[in-house]
Order: sequence, then structure tokens, then C-alpha cells
Amino acid sequence: MIHSLFLVNASGDIFLEKHWKSVVSRSVCDYFFEALERATEPENVPPVIPTPHHYLINVLRHRIYFVAVIQSEVPPLFVIEFLHRVVDTFQDYFGVCTEAAIKDNVVVVYELLEEMLDNGFPLATESNILKELIKPPTILRTVVNTITGSTNVGEQLPTGQLSVVPWRRTGVKYTNNEAYFDVVEEIDAIIDKSGSTITAEIQGVIDACVKLTGMPDLTLSFMNPRLLDDVSFHPCVRFKRWEAERILSFIPPDGNFRLLSYHVSSQNLVAIPVYVKHNISFREGSSQGRFELTLGPKQTMGKAVESVLVSSQLPRGVLNANLNPSQGTYTFDPVTKLLSWDVGKINPQKLPSLKGSMSLQAGASKPDENPTINIQFKIQQLAISGLKVNRLDMYGEKYKPFKGIKYMTKAGKFQVRT
Amino acid sequence: MQKLLQLPVNAVNIVKSVQGVAQGQEEALSPVLTPDSGPQNWYSAVQPEELRHLRSGGTGGGGGSGGGEGSEDRPGQEEGLTSVQSQPLRHDDLKEMLDSNKDSLKLEAMKRIVAMIARGKNASDLFPAVVKNVACKNIEVKKLVYVYLVRYAEEQQDLALLSISTFQRGLKDPNQLIRASALRVLSSIRVTIIVPIMMLAIKEAASDMSPYVRKTAAHAIPKLHSLDPEQKDQLIEVIEKLLADKTTLVAGSVVMAFEEVCPDRIDLIHKNYRKLCNLLIDVEEWGQVVIINMLTRYARTQFLNPNINESLLEDSGEKAFYASDDEEDEDKKAEAATLAKRKPYVMDPDHRLLLRNTKPLLQSRNAAVVMAVAQLYFHLAPKAEVGIIAKALVRLMRSHSEVQYVVLQNVATMTIKRRGMFEPYLKSFYIRSTDPTQIKILKLEVLTNLANETNISTILREFQTYIKSMDKDFVAASIQAIGRCATNIGEVRDTCLNGLVQLLSNRDELVVAESVVVIKKLLQMQPEQHSDIIKHMAKLIDNIQVPMARASILWLIGEYCEHVPKIAPDVLRKMAKSFTNEEDIVKLQIINLAAKLYLTNSKQTKLLTQYVLNLAKYDQNYDIRDRARFIRQLIVPTDKSGALNKYAKKLFLALKPAPVLESPFKDRDHFQLGSLSHLLNAKAGGYQELPDWPESAPDPSVRNVEVKDSVIRLLERVTTLTSIPEWSKCTSRKDRKEKKVEKPFYSDSEGESGPTESADSESDSGSGSESASGSEESGSGSESEDSGEESESEEEEEDEEDQKKKRKKLDKTKPKKPVVESAESEQSSGAEDRKRVRKAVKNQKSASESESESESSESDDESEEESEEESESDTDIRKKKAPVSKQPPKQSKKESKKETQEMSLLDLDDFEPSPASAPVTPVNFLSSSLVSDLEGLSLTDTILAPTTIAPSGLIKMYELLHRITGEGLGVEYCFSRQPFSPDPNMVAVQIQFTNNTNSETKNLHIEEPRLQSGMRIREFAEIEVLAAGESVTVVMGIDFCDSTQAANFQLCSQGQKALRFHQKYLNFCSKDAQSTHTRKFFVSIQPPVGELMTPAFLTENDFKKEQGKLMGMNEISEKLTLGGKCVNEHVIVERVTATANLSRVPCGSDKECRFAGKTVSSGCLVLVTVATKDTGGAQLTVNCEKMVIGTMLVKDILQALSQ
Repeated sequence: MIHSLFLVNASGDIFLEKHWKSVVSRSVCDYFFEALERATEPENVPPVIPTPHHYLINVLRHRIYFVAVIQSEVPPLFVIEFLHRVVDTFQDYFGVCTEAAIKDNVVVVYELLEEMLDNGFPLATESNILKELIKPPTILRTVVNTITGSTNVGEQLPTGQLSVVPWRRTGVKYTNNEAYFDVVEEIDAIIDKSGSTITAEIQGVIDACVKLTGMPDLTLSFMNPRLLDDVSFHPCVRFKRWEAERILSFIPPDGNFRLLSYHVSSQNLVAIPVYVKHNISFREGSSQGRFELTLGPKQTMGKAVESVLVSSQLPRGVLNANLNPSQGTYTFDPVTKLLSWDVGKINPQKLPSLKGSMSLQAGASKPDENPTINIQFKIQQLAISGLKVNRLDMYGEKYKPFKGIKYMTKAGKFQVRT
Repeated sequence: MQKLLQLPVNAVNIVKSVQGVAQGQEEALSPVLTPDSGPQNWYSAVQPEELRHLRSGGTGGGGGSGGGEGSEDRPGQEEGLTSVQSQPLRHDDLKEMLDSNKDSLKLEAMKRIVAMIARGKNASDLFPAVVKNVACKNIEVKKLVYVYLVRYAEEQQDLALLSISTFQRGLKDPNQLIRASALRVLSSIRVTIIVPIMMLAIKEAASDMSPYVRKTAAHAIPKLHSLDPEQKDQLIEVIEKLLADKTTLVAGSVVMAFEEVCPDRIDLIHKNYRKLCNLLIDVEEWGQVVIINMLTRYARTQFLNPNINESLLEDSGEKAFYASDDEEDEDKKAEAATLAKRKPYVMDPDHRLLLRNTKPLLQSRNAAVVMAVAQLYFHLAPKAEVGIIAKALVRLMRSHSEVQYVVLQNVATMTIKRRGMFEPYLKSFYIRSTDPTQIKILKLEVLTNLANETNISTILREFQTYIKSMDKDFVAASIQAIGRCATNIGEVRDTCLNGLVQLLSNRDELVVAESVVVIKKLLQMQPEQHSDIIKHMAKLIDNIQVPMARASILWLIGEYCEHVPKIAPDVLRKMAKSFTNEEDIVKLQIINLAAKLYLTNSKQTKLLTQYVLNLAKYDQNYDIRDRARFIRQLIVPTDKSGALNKYAKKLFLALKPAPVLESPFKDRDHFQLGSLSHLLNAKAGGYQELPDWPESAPDPSVRNVEVKDSVIRLLERVTTLTSIPEWSKCTSRKDRKEKKVEKPFYSDSEGESGPTESADSESDSGSGSESASGSEESGSGSESEDSGEESESEEEEEDEEDQKKKRKKLDKTKPKKPVVESAESEQSSGAEDRKRVRKAVKNQKSASESESESESSESDDESEEESEEESESDTDIRKKKAPVSKQPPKQSKKESKKETQEMSLLDLDDFEPSPASAPVTPVNFLSSSLVSDLEGLSLTDTILAPTTIAPSGLIKMYELLHRITGEGLGVEYCFSRQPFSPDPNMVAVQIQFTNNTNSETKNLHIEEPRLQSGMRIREFAEIEVLAAGESVTVVMGIDFCDSTQAANFQLCSQGQKALRFHQKYLNFCSKDAQSTHTRKFFVSIQPPVGELMTPAFLTENDFKKEQGKLMGMNEISEKLTLGGKCVNEHVIVERVTATANLSRVPCGSDKECRFAGKTVSSGCLVLVTVATKDTGGAQLTVNCEKMVIGTMLVKDILQALSQ
């Protein structure tokens, strides 16, 4: 399966390599660099690159390319999904997954990769098991390790791999037993010129942080489970139970994990929490353009719209923008032509607006494309689909855990065409 | 040079480094030495080991990040140069550390060595020093030594042998993990000499007690195979042995080994097929992918094509959309072939088992698993079932862009074959400006494939925005996509053409050029009608510079010069002038144009042609010279030119077939979807062809396994812990079938089956108490009604505690055998109870398995075991639980849970288990009142988004044919409210057939529809076989012509005479008394008025505008008092949408709810307004052009709201 892995940074240097079978020369990456050069944008590199003897499958995360070398037929998604899992694991271990973090922890990285793949086939990918095998580095441990010479590798051999609950280790103990669930929904929408919704969907996830002693068996039920149109589960969730009763029943992994991601039925109309009034126009013959943008709340169920960030890729002909925001700050990068406006919180009484003029290249004809506006926002304590958790019960353990639920709505890929 | 000074004072160092400045600098940069500061180096002479250790910091990488940077970018020659001379130096340093007694130093050294390996540096000369430490006690040192060993053993085979004895010792260790890791490293060392040792180790490990070690053995097999392929035969033996393993841990790995070593030995799978299917859901995700891919191939060799017959029926419907002729021909051929050998198709139960057991995996979080299942369904499932994968695939589109890329490639291939599948998700493929270009182009491909007469207008509108994009590659692709839509869909050809012609005046040259090329292709289809476009394009030739576009225009003018007789010569004149400055392809087209004009209009163009040909004669490009010579000979009559001259006109002005604009994904589906080969559209190394379906099915009995139950159970018990997740391994199909037949379906039918089934009574009570416990849970759900606040209140918890205690007490008192204790089991609930129930059900299962009459005695023995087999039957039970949850809402709020249980127990028999094969059927029968109650509560503190309540969940089932009148065939239908894709003017009716007899029913289909004038029916595809106890759901379309007249038709089926014997006689009877007969049932479907419409999405303004148009006669208004439960807006919305298939229209005031819809058949608007008043009354207004519908709708809504 996976023969070798090369990590390539943004400037095109290979800074780590790992081989699971015999060594593949790093010159194989030249084909990748060729493709990288051809691609205009970093994300336009084709994920699969055939070379005479190998196939290169790469993913781009955190400005690092993870290039896997494959020699024979394998489902490409298998490799891509695995590479993403590797990145997630690194992120879990080091907090960030940057070149510097990987270089600083190169030994831990190597140990992880060694455990995750055997002969190119995934072996242990559950973070709980990996953490038993290889302790994640913390500042304290690093200090202690240097002084005592002790190690990151677990003293005891892990048992998790052997159990039928491969995602949970045995003998978990906490003094405060707590379980937190975050229901986060993202609205993906395309709004057209006139303000009507072309497509809008709600995608949600339930992220959990469960710190419970022993082997708790949890059930989570919803007030309105029928809202969930399409779901995908963490392997711990018992599928049959969901099919039959629409109840999530599971033995949770220890710590943070994504319990569920769901899609809210597309038959429903989606409440769009913000509206945008815009007037972006270029006059023929003159080197000026007008830019007006007003944001306002709409269908927010009385909650405040926060952390609003508007960004827009202006046409290439725009040289500069001279704008005046009623609140927040804006920046315009004359090189990339990226306009971004950090609005903050929308005050319904005084709607935020950004008005002003753009200067165009003199003599050039007016650009015929209009920019799209991307909006990001957050609404706390609201799940826009109306999903509500009904209750959480625990079986199998005696103590009473503390349970918490948080709702949040965010903009996903929220675009307004102008 | 400064750096040189900082080097540690070491005699060797100085000598070495002085030898060459270049090398010296390399040394300075070496990661091993950290040139921090001068003074320290003096100390290092005193205490070299300790200090170096301290200096280097915690991790090995630390050193590298400082100085290592520079040398990294210079691989190859420089590396080689320095390693010769400087390595002894830095490695001496490391060797010293490795030789020391302190683990911490060893560890430090190993860390640095691993850091070197990671950066691709050569550390091979440390081999002897490192390999010594293989027996080190420290686990981390040991692990790092392993890393090193695996990397370099191949290069230093002799030395590597030193370590082998350590591993051999490890293989005998009592700890399974040490055994496993020893085997893992041993097999990773690629040294040919140890092949026999590896072989021995693998064989031994394959029969190890621990499944983990066996898993490692499975991993080791492909390693050994790649090292020495001659061992293949022996390895296959090991694989065969491991394939028989019953643990989920091993399954994935061994199938992986199978795929790498002997993918063609499909015969090894037979015996393990069913087991693999059943284990699948519990295997780890990576194993699942491999197993599913392998089973797809297996199924292709072993089962018959499920679409043999259906292809006949469905093709005719779909073909209309395709314009291209050759495809139709292909279809016809296929049809003829299938006609020839058409015979009733019966799906192999094993085939069904595979489909059923993979379906839940569509819900996996792992994209690779989802894709694997999707390709399995695409390649193996009957057409009607493939649709379920669409939703999951669309979900993957939210993932990382690489995942999107692969998924879109596969979706593109699927959309060519099965467009209907993705049509409902059209909008998910709309393109955002932030998508990477490669994703945009793939989405465009999918959109183009999905385009048909109904959605083309929206797609074209969408394409129009894409043309304005800043991404020019994408714009070009969009124009091509428009061209393809135009060729495929005749209706929009003119619109597209006009749109493209408008683009010709675009400022961007690329856009214009691309449009010209596409227009050229389109015009070829009907040139007569478009001479004005050709003229327009002739004008463009002055401005367009892109060679391809110029060439296209010239070709067009030449080809259709007869349509533009005046312009063509003029164009030639202009081009002759600029001939020398043109690109090669343009020149060739100029020659062509000249030749064609010469043939049609020689009077005007003779001289021009000769001028052009003369210019071409002296061109630099020999192609052009050749062409000129050739054409001159051909068209200009001379005495030498032979007979060809006469045919010149035919040669040049032959009718050219219009090009077919095809998807690049057209023929990709001969590769297995989801594979690398499919993605690249080229066979990758090691790709296993997906075989064609066999003509006749191979013997299915090869998959039969003699089950030694007890052995398996013991095995599984050893390997699994007690805390088993309750998810299930599915029972075999046979068990399922038999069990279902035994269940009483309706309370009134109990009398019939009761007496004969007395022996099974315990199973009945088993399922009874099971569902009681199920309903207890939902009961506790409704409990929150009392508390009326957020989810978990203290009280409840205490309540629960009490309950638990109670349960325990009860359990203690209960004897531990399965007795009919319904009274007690009603009261107890929870996990213990469930176990008991499972036991009871299992008895029943095992009884039917053994097919013996002494059921009770045997089951007693088996019930002693508390093994996870129980979870198998669990599967079935869970299914049954769902419908029961309907009960609690009827309870008054203060009622105790106990009563709830009793209630549900009493009513239990009213519910039919929801069928396994009916994914679309609404499982939730939660009555609307419960929903509204729950949601009413949630509204206390926040106002919910009322628009987002799904009406789909409230779908009501109607009975079409009672199972008694239907001689065992029960038929129910509901209005699924999905758009009926083959014909948007029809109402989709979802029909569910349940075969309650104990024999198969065949050839279910519709006959003799007797319809009111104007009404139309689109029948569902004939159901070939409906096995006993199975249900199947189909969708048919009915055009009711916007009336509530019933559609009458006959349901025909063939089946055996209903045999109402007890299960155990069945086996004898069915053999003797098999007589089939055809039955016909007259049935009718009458739609409630609310189902005759589809939601229409209007804005508030549109709504008001439309309402204004529909005043007077078309407006019906009624006052009403809201029912007690209609406390708020939310409930009203719920009620109205449940009554009629309408959508909510946003509205500024919260006193008013507005809904809009269109009638399905004629598309008349239906507008509903409910205005509430403070006094509790309300005003209902319906505006609809069809007054009859309006009146009826008012009546229905009134009733719904006043309840």
C-alpha cells in the first residue's frame, strides 16, 4: 500500500521522509514539484500524480504537502483519508501541525508513523491507542525527560488494541467526571445578486469532550431527530440503535472526539441569519468604481451575530480601494486584490456598512466580472436548524457525571454573488 | 571560517576539518554537533559525554533545526562527499554514546540518529554500534533501534543477522504484545537469508492464541511474499488458515494479505464469505475498505446480474434523454441479448446479505469506507437500490478538497450511467468562487451530466454566472459545458447558441475564442438555420487573434460557403492578404477555404485560390507545402490529373457528421469505481479487473459452512471482552426470514396464528417484553414533558436511580431461565432485561435453526451462555422497537412509567415490524401530537426556526391491500412528497409490499389501470420476486390531474396458495404442495387533497403579489378556533404542512403563517394564510385558482387545526 511518505513545505523542500518498505529515492518527488510548478494556486496540485514507476498521492494541510508514494493499485481515498488522519494525529499531539512543530518533535513523529502503518497498511490510527503507546509531548514532560532521561514511550504495553472497544482504553480515572457536547452548525449558502437564496444547506457536527471514569455507556437523544437527514458517526455509535430509535448509544472514546456529523434535510428552507445589501459598480470610461456594502441581521432568532468577517476578491483591474467602514476595520491588499473587513458584532439598530470608491487602472476597460462576497459569522447558543438535545443518560457506571451542551451556528461556505 | 573555530576541540576534528574548508563548513552545519558557543567546547574536553547530552536539548530534532537547515537543501553529490570524510567524526561521537552504559545517553544518540534518517541522511555506518542495542531493556531505545534496523538491514545483511536471535526469543515471550512486535520487526527486515525463519515464525504466529499476534502474522505475509515470491504456495496455506479466523481484528489484515499475494484465488473466499459479511461492521475502518473491495470482485464472479431484466424496462424511459444515436444502438443490442435469455431473476440470498450488511457503512466517518460501499452498490445492487448511495457521496463533498476531487471523479462516472440518482442533489454541485479550479471543472462536468429538459433552465442560469468568473480556465470549461448541454438537449440548442453568440462580443479574448470553437460544433448540427450567425462570425475574424478560433471560423465559412455566398470570397480575400502572418493551423484552414470556394464559386475566387496556393508553396512548414501541392493537384484540372479530379467536390464538400460532445468520463466505468485506475483512467499496476457477471450462477452451495456453533462461540468468547458494544452482527438471511413469518402482524390476526404457534409462545412474549423496554426508553423521553425545562433535571436522575435499584432487586428474585414471565418483565427494564429478552429470542432463533421440534429443551441449554451471539438477534429486535415508540404520547402527563409500559405492551401487536429492505419508509411513526408537544416545550425560552421543521417525518401510511384480502400480500402506500423524477407532473406514491405468506410471491406488477380521463400512471418496475416475510418498497407516479378522484388498477402477482401451517410443517409442506397461481386484486389510491401539491418557494413580496392576483372567487376564507394544542405558530406550521405538501413562506409578522405550493399536475399556485388572533381564534385563507381544490384544502386544514 503506502510505500513512503515525504513531507514537503511551502517552499518546496522535503523536510521529512519515512519509508515502510524498501527505500524510494526522494528524487521521485521531482514529479510532484513539476506539478506544483504547473499549478497556479497551491491547492490546484492534482491529488494523484502518476509517474513511470510510482503514483504520488498528496494532501495539502497547514501549508505542508504530505506526499505518499504508492506502487500499485489502491483506492486513492484510502490513502488520502489516511494522510488526513496522520495530520489530525499530529495536530492532536503537538497542538499545531506546522513544519517547525514536526521538526521539533521529529522523533515522536517517527514513532507515530511507525505505529500507524505496518508495511504500508494502517495499523493503529485511533488517537486513544496511540496516546497509550506514545505519550504526547508536554512542556512539563519535556523538562522532566531531559533531566531524568525518561521517555515518551509508554512504560506499559497498551491493551486498547486488543479489546473490542478499540477506541477506548481501559482503566480511565477522573476525579471530576464530565461530558461536554458542542453542537456546531454551519450554513453553506449561495445568495444571488437579488438576495434570493440559490442553495442553502446546514451541516452540523457534534464534538464531544468526554472525561468519564471507567467504561460508561452513554445514550444521547434528540428532541427532533427527524431533522437529521444524513449522518455519519464515530465508529463507537451503535448504528442499529440509531436506525431503530434515533438514539445515539455509544461507549465514548476518552477525551475529544467527533461524535457525529450530520446534514439537515435539504427539503427544508434554511433560515439565513444575515443579509447583504451591495452596490458594487464600475462606470464605463472612468477609472473609478463605487463600492457599497451593508450588512444586517435576518432570522437570527433574537441572537446576536458575532465575529463577522467579510472578504471579497476584487477584480484584477482594481488598483486601490478607498473605503469608509461604519464599524470595524478593513484591509485591502493591492497585490492579491483581497478586500477583507473585520466587522465584529452586528448591531441591529445601527447596521454596519462599508462605503467608498475603488480606483481602477487608468484607460483599462471596466472589469466585466463582479466579485463574490464571502461572509463569516458566529451565533452563540443557537443551532439554526432547531436541533435540540433532549437528554444524556449514562449506564454502566455508578457516579453522576456533569453534563454540558453548547450550541453554536457558524457560516460555512457562505457566498453572496454580486 | 568563524564557525570552524567553534568546533569542539578534538584532535581528530581539527585534523579532519583543516583538510578542506568546504568540508569543514559542512561539519559545522552537521546536526550532531551544536555549535552554540565557544567556551562550552572547552568543558566538553573535560566531561564530553555528560555535557554534550545536556547541550543538545530535549529532542533530537533540536540540533537539526539550528544548523541543519543549510545542508538539507543540498542532497546528492555534496552529501556523498562530506559523508566520506566527516562522518567518522560525528559518528564517533554517537558511537561513544551508544556504547555507554547509560540508557539516557543511548536514547539521546538514537534520537539523533532517527532525526538523521528522517531527514534522509545516511547513517548506515553506525549499524554495528546500533545493532548491539537491540537487546536493550529500555523500551524507547529498543523501539528506535527497531526503526533503524528496519531502515538499514537490507544494506548490511550480515550484520543484521546479529539481531535475529533477539527476535526469535521475543517470539516465545509470554506477553502477546512482545510476540507481536518481534514478529513485526523480524518480518520487516528485508534480508533473504532469514526467509525460512520468517516462514516458520509466520506459521507459528498464525495459530497463536492471541488474535493480535495472528493479525501481525497476516501483516507479515505480504512482506515475506515481496521478499521471496517463491514462498507463495506456503503463504497461501497460511492465508487460508487465517481467513477462517473468526475475529474482527484479523479479518481486515488477512484480506489485505489475500489481495496482495493471491487475489485470483477467489475459491478461498467461498467458505468465509458469509462470515466476512457478518463481521464487516465491526472490522476497523481500513480493513472494511479492503474487504468491501474484495467482496465486490467476488460477487461479480458468483452472482447473477440483478439488472438483467430491469434494464429492459428502465432503459426505454431513460433513453429519451439521450440524443446520441450510437448509444441507443448499444442499448438495443443489449436489449436483444437480454430478451434472448430472459428468465425470472432471483437474487441469491448471499448477494442480498452483502448488500444489506454493507449499507450501514455508508454512515461511516471514513470517506474511503463510504466510497467503497458506494462502488459496491454501483457495481452490484439492483438499479432501484443504487440510489441510496447518492446522499452519502454528496456528504463527502463537504470534506477536504482532495476527498472532493476523488469523489467528484467517481460521481461524474456514475452520473453518466445513472443520472436520476444525483438529480435531487443538483444544488450540491453548484460552484463557489472559492473552490480550487480542478474541483470547479469536475463539478461542471457533473452538472452537465445531470442536465435534462426539466432542470436545464436552472443549470444554464447557473452557467451564466460562471462565465463571469475571474478564473479563465474555468470560464473556458463552462462554455464547453454549455455546448455539451446544447448538443444533448435539443430544446435548448437555440437558447444556448444565442447565449454563445452574445459571448462573442465579450471583451475577453479567451472567452470569445472558446465560444467560437463551441459554436462551430453546434452549427454543424443544423447549419441551414443559422446563416446569420455564420455571417456574424465572419465579421469577427478581423478581431479575434486566438489561432484556434480563427481556424474554426474559417472552417465554418468554407464548409457552409453556400449559405453565405457573398461574404465567403471576401473573407478569403482578407485572409490571403494576411496569410504569411498566420499560425499554421490558420494557414491550413485558409487553404481549405480557398479549395472549397474554388469548387463552388470558381469564377470569383480562382485567382485568389491560386495566389494562396502559391504562397503556401513556399511556406516554411512542410505540412502546409504538402497540403498546397495536394490540393492544387486535386482541384485544378490539368491534363495530368487523373480521375480523382472529378470527385474533388465530393471529397471536399462531403456531408460531415456533427461531432458528438462527449463526457470524458464516458467509458470509465469499466474500471472498478473508487480505484486508482479509475481515477487515472489507466490500468495501474496490480489492478484486478472487475469481472463481468457470469451467464449462469456458479453453485451457491460452496458457501455453505457446516457450523459448529459451540466452537465458534467459544472462540469469540476468548477473543472479545465482556463489554461488547451492542451493535450487531446480522443474522443469516434464513433466520431472519423465518422469524418474521412467525410474528403476528396485527392484533386481529392473532386468532388465526395463535393456536398453531403455541410452541413459539415464548418467543412472542420475548419480543413483547423487549419492545416494552424499548418503549420505556421513549417513555422516559416523554418524561421531559413534566419537567418542562432543558434536558437533565436532578429529579429525573434520582428517579432513574430508584428505578435501577428496583430493577436489580427484581433481577435477583428472578429465576435465570427463559420463562414466560411477561408480568415481571414488563416492570423491569433496562439493560438486564434486554439481555434476557435477547436470550429468549435467541432460543427461538436456534430453534428454527435446528428445525427440531424439541425447541424448549435445547434452548434452555443455550440460554446459559451469555455470549455476544445475542447481539445478532438484537438486530432484528431493534427494528421492531421503532414502531412501538408511538405509544407514549397517548399517556397523560402524570402517568407513571409503569403504566406506559403496560399500555405499549397491550397495543404491541398493532405494529408491523418495519421492513429491512425499505430504506425510504418513514420509520418514525411518532404521532404529530407528541412532536408538537415536545417542540412546544422547547419553545418556552427560544423561538425556534419554524421553517426548518421537516414535514417529511409525518408521512402517513395508507392501506392499499389488507393482508387477509390480499391472501398474505399486504400493501401499504404513502405519499412520499419527493418529486417524482421521471415525470414532474406526477405525484410520487411510495408503495410497500409485504409478503406475509411463507412462500415467495412473484411478478408483482400493475395491470389494467382504469383511470378517469386525463389521469396517467407510471407503473413501478415489476417486482420479480418477493421472498417470504420480506418487504419491498417501490415508487410509482400518478398524475391525478389535480383531482381527488381515485386511481383504480389491478395488482397482479403470482404466488403459492397461502399455506397457513405452523412453521415446523412448512419444510415438508412446501416441497409437496407447491402450486402457483396468479392473483389479481382491485385496488385504488385516492389522494388527500393536500398531496396534490408540491411546495413552491416564494418570497414574501412574491406571495403578496400572487395573492393579489387570486382574489375574489379564488379566495376562500374561514374563521376557526384553534385546537387546544395549537398553542403557537410552530404547531400551526407543523399541522398545516402535515396536511398539505406546502412550504412555509417567510413572513414579517409572527401573527401570520403563510404557505405556498403548486398543484402537481397543472402547476396552479396554492396560497394559504393562517392569521392568529389574540383571542385564540384564527382566520384561514386559501387562494387558489382551482376552487375545488381550495375548498377541500380549507376543510382539511380546518380539521387539522381545530383538533
